[in-house]
Amino acid sequence: MNAVGPSAVGPSAVGQSVARADGPLKLSGQAEFTGDLRVPGMLYGAILHSPVAHARIGSVDATAAEKADGVVAVLTAGDLSDLDPYYGHALRDRPVVALGKVRFAGEPVAVVAAESQAAADAAVARIDIEYDELPVAAGLDAALSPGAPLVHEKRARPGSAHGLGDLPDADGNICYSYSFRRGDLGRAFDDAAVVVEGEYTFPAVYQYAMETHTTIAHWQGGELTLWSSCQHPFLVRQEIAVLFGLPLDQVRIIVPFLGGGFGSKSYTKMEPLTAAIARKAGRPVRILNAVHESMITTRRHNMTARMRTAAAADGTLLGRVAEAWLDTGAYADNGPRVTATAGDAAPGPYRWQAVQVAAHCVYTNTGPAGSYRAFGATHLQWIGESQVDEVARRLGLDRLEIRRKNLLRPGEEVRPGGKPLDADLIGDVEKAAAAIGWPEPPAPARPAKLRGKGVSVGLLAAGAHPVSMATVRMGPDGSVTVLVGTTELGQGARTVMAQIAAGVLQADVARVVVRGTDTRYTPYDRSTGASRSTTVAGLAVQRAAQDVLNSLLETAAARLEAPPQLLTPVAGGIQDASGRTMTHAELVRARFGFDGGELLGHGRVQPEGGSGSYAEGPVFWEVCVAGAEVEVDTETGVITVLRTSTVADVGQAINPQLVARQDEGATLQGLGNALFEEMVFAPDGALLNDTLLSYRIPAFRDIPATMRCSIVENGDGPGPFGAKGCGEGALAAVPAAIVNALADAGVPMNTLPLTPERVWRRMRELKIS
Amino acid sequence: MTETIRATVNGTPFEGEVPAQELLLDFLRDRLGLTGAKQSCEVQVCGVCTVLVDGDPVSSCCYLAADIDGREVETIEGLAGSDFHRRAADAFMRHAAVQCGFCTSGMLLTAKALAARGLRGDRDEIAAAMSGNLCRCTGYVSILDSLAEILSETA
Repeated sequence: MNAVGPSAVGPSAVGQSVARADGPLKLSGQAEFTGDLRVPGMLYGAILHSPVAHARIGSVDATAAEKADGVVAVLTAGDLSDLDPYYGHALRDRPVVALGKVRFAGEPVAVVAAESQAAADAAVARIDIEYDELPVAAGLDAALSPGAPLVHEKRARPGSAHGLGDLPDADGNICYSYSFRRGDLGRAFDDAAVVVEGEYTFPAVYQYAMETHTTIAHWQGGELTLWSSCQHPFLVRQEIAVLFGLPLDQVRIIVPFLGGGFGSKSYTKMEPLTAAIARKAGRPVRILNAVHESMITTRRHNMTARMRTAAAADGTLLGRVAEAWLDTGAYADNGPRVTATAGDAAPGPYRWQAVQVAAHCVYTNTGPAGSYRAFGATHLQWIGESQVDEVARRLGLDRLEIRRKNLLRPGEEVRPGGKPLDADLIGDVEKAAAAIGWPEPPAPARPAKLRGKGVSVGLLAAGAHPVSMATVRMGPDGSVTVLVGTTELGQGARTVMAQIAAGVLQADVARVVVRGTDTRYTPYDRSTGASRSTTVAGLAVQRAAQDVLNSLLETAAARLEAPPQLLTPVAGGIQDASGRTMTHAELVRARFGFDGGELLGHGRVQPEGGSGSYAEGPVFWEVCVAGAEVEVDTETGVITVLRTSTVADVGQAINPQLVARQDEGATLQGLGNALFEEMVFAPDGALLNDTLLSYRIPAFRDIPATMRCSIVENGDGPGPFGAKGCGEGALAAVPAAIVNALADAGVPMNTLPLTPERVWRRMRELKIS
Repeated sequence: MTETIRATVNGTPFEGEVPAQELLLDFLRDRLGLTGAKQSCEVQVCGVCTVLVDGDPVSSCCYLAADIDGREVETIEGLAGSDFHRRAADAFMRHAAVQCGFCTSGMLLTAKALAARGLRGDRDEIAAAMSGNLCRCTGYVSILDSLAEILSETA
């Protein structure tokens, strides 16, 4: 590789903007994604999707499809009779293909495997299914109304990784509720000088990882290999093993590069269906989703919410009541966890006398909803923060000052029994505000334009379950390989893991290699999400590298005949007090003789005391802090985001450039979520905008003129070198800052996205012209 | 039905039969094994399938393989190793303008066409000209910084 970009060796590898290790492969088109692989004998799969949102399945006739040219196998529900065919990590509510009835338009009903994609696509149209249509509950209002059709008649069993404690019985279409109440609510509201309340709506959003969900399944001698675009290979392995009745070590999951994830590839997606059709075909099969298929594979929950906030005349926040209903679609996926996280985000990071929160996860006859970057926090932060701003406005207080007055300080309790606050929120929001020129008012707007500024602060429970393992290998030439189960989905995990190992070993970071996960060889890692990789998997890598370093020191002590405490790791080797140095290669060879052997180091992160439950957590609090300045056109309702600021409070940036890139990407996604992204479902449950022509994501032209990311390094993270994760918070914070900036311009809004029509209508209501 | 075509792909002549309805993207990926062009939106919006045909960027997901008859096709595999690619890759690396990498080859090929058309370093013009290439990871700023640098250097 050419010497390109900033680079560093040895201890300075940590904290340096080392060039991405995967850059050259990706820049030359050589990086392999799942869809680029060809397994010998591989067939191409096509899915028959239900045309209706809710129906009993009558007769199924696949004979014409089975006889079609090039077709090797057709899978229908009848082929699953030897399995318990339900999966779902939170609730085991989803059959591999629709069984008995369909619950959303687009639900897979059958799968064809054929010699070519064209043959498979053609054969799907020849499968004959009878549907006996049922009343449809599309959307929250329909699903929550009295006498609403039930999406699931029976309560599903809990899944293997729900982490939610005891699950109560289902209540109509509500499959899970999360609630808490603290303090004397009556008193808090009785004492209030001002009470702000409102009803709010958040849209369904498509994550749009540009690489759609792709899986190849291959059975050999009863063992199953999956190549899959998945973020959590070890959790997928677990679910697949249970589903097909296999020991864990007979399910092998290989994860090539991912073309984005953002939560859309978390947990189990296309793997059960692909494995099932490959089992029937007796040959490897690939399923590669089209965009319209990925949109109904997973999405962000749409939500309605009510909130009330009470404050004293001096701006002291007293009480908050919030209730939210999140539409999880026809299957729970990660909906219960999203719901609980939304509930935790409802109070915001403030000191309350009393709070009461309830959040409900609701089945509807639409495509399933699961994880999307900063879930829960994105749903609630804009609501809570808009109420804080409204309190300040009514009391004539500065909106930054009311936050200084009420924000939690480091060490204060965020929720009972959980981790206290581990970040300086006041310092963070001051940085975000300063970066948009606070307290200066917005520059005078041009004719027919209004301008405003806003900030927002929130917290996101990050780290998920703290279990990660890593192995570091050092060969007799001094080269280092890190085996760690974190998925590279674009965030730069492989680069950062290499920096951590290089930092411990004082090795040249260019000699440290991190490859993709193969569950057959890579040690367990729980998941890639919740901003946990650097913090949790990174800590395992740090410990594994330290284990190798200990072996190096041991050998050096023997060879240099020096007491270990007088040995120092130096770039690429170990040095004694007199300055004699042995290189890593010399030490490995000295230990084993000739050119053989390798040093193996193991690192493990597991719950330290307690059970590692979510209630005891989180691993750390990710801050969600942003500022925004917007301009709205009073004639058209079009909003232009002029500038944004975000704060990445990361303890220690392992790679500052990659930290900033995370915030920039999250900012643009937040801008899209706030301004125009919305999946539209018809009352009959059909997704109306299922292409990129009608579902728009941010493009080059949408970049704010200024996007500033401030990196805060207080060394207060639980990860390696005091690091903690980042990358999600900005997505929760930016929509809230935009909403607050728009209200500052005179246009308070309770419904996202802030489409021109919606904003224009609101301005007419408010007699703004 | 098939059509006989004679074309050049990354400088290598191709002569043979292609199904009349085969898309250029599938021809490149499945027949020639050139997987640097990716499939995503399939409706000519996202730009990850961008390749150059006689120097013009096209969405190979919406372009028939038969229509390359008599033309020259350049993909990322052909661009790699060129002087333009070396400078572009250097800028993308320094600005960390690559994340998942799924959009990257399309970005580079569009940029090459823009350079050939004489577009220089004006950021607004570049942003407008790049409207057919989406990226969900980066927030675009680092790509724009890279492109502004590359295009301003292209005399």
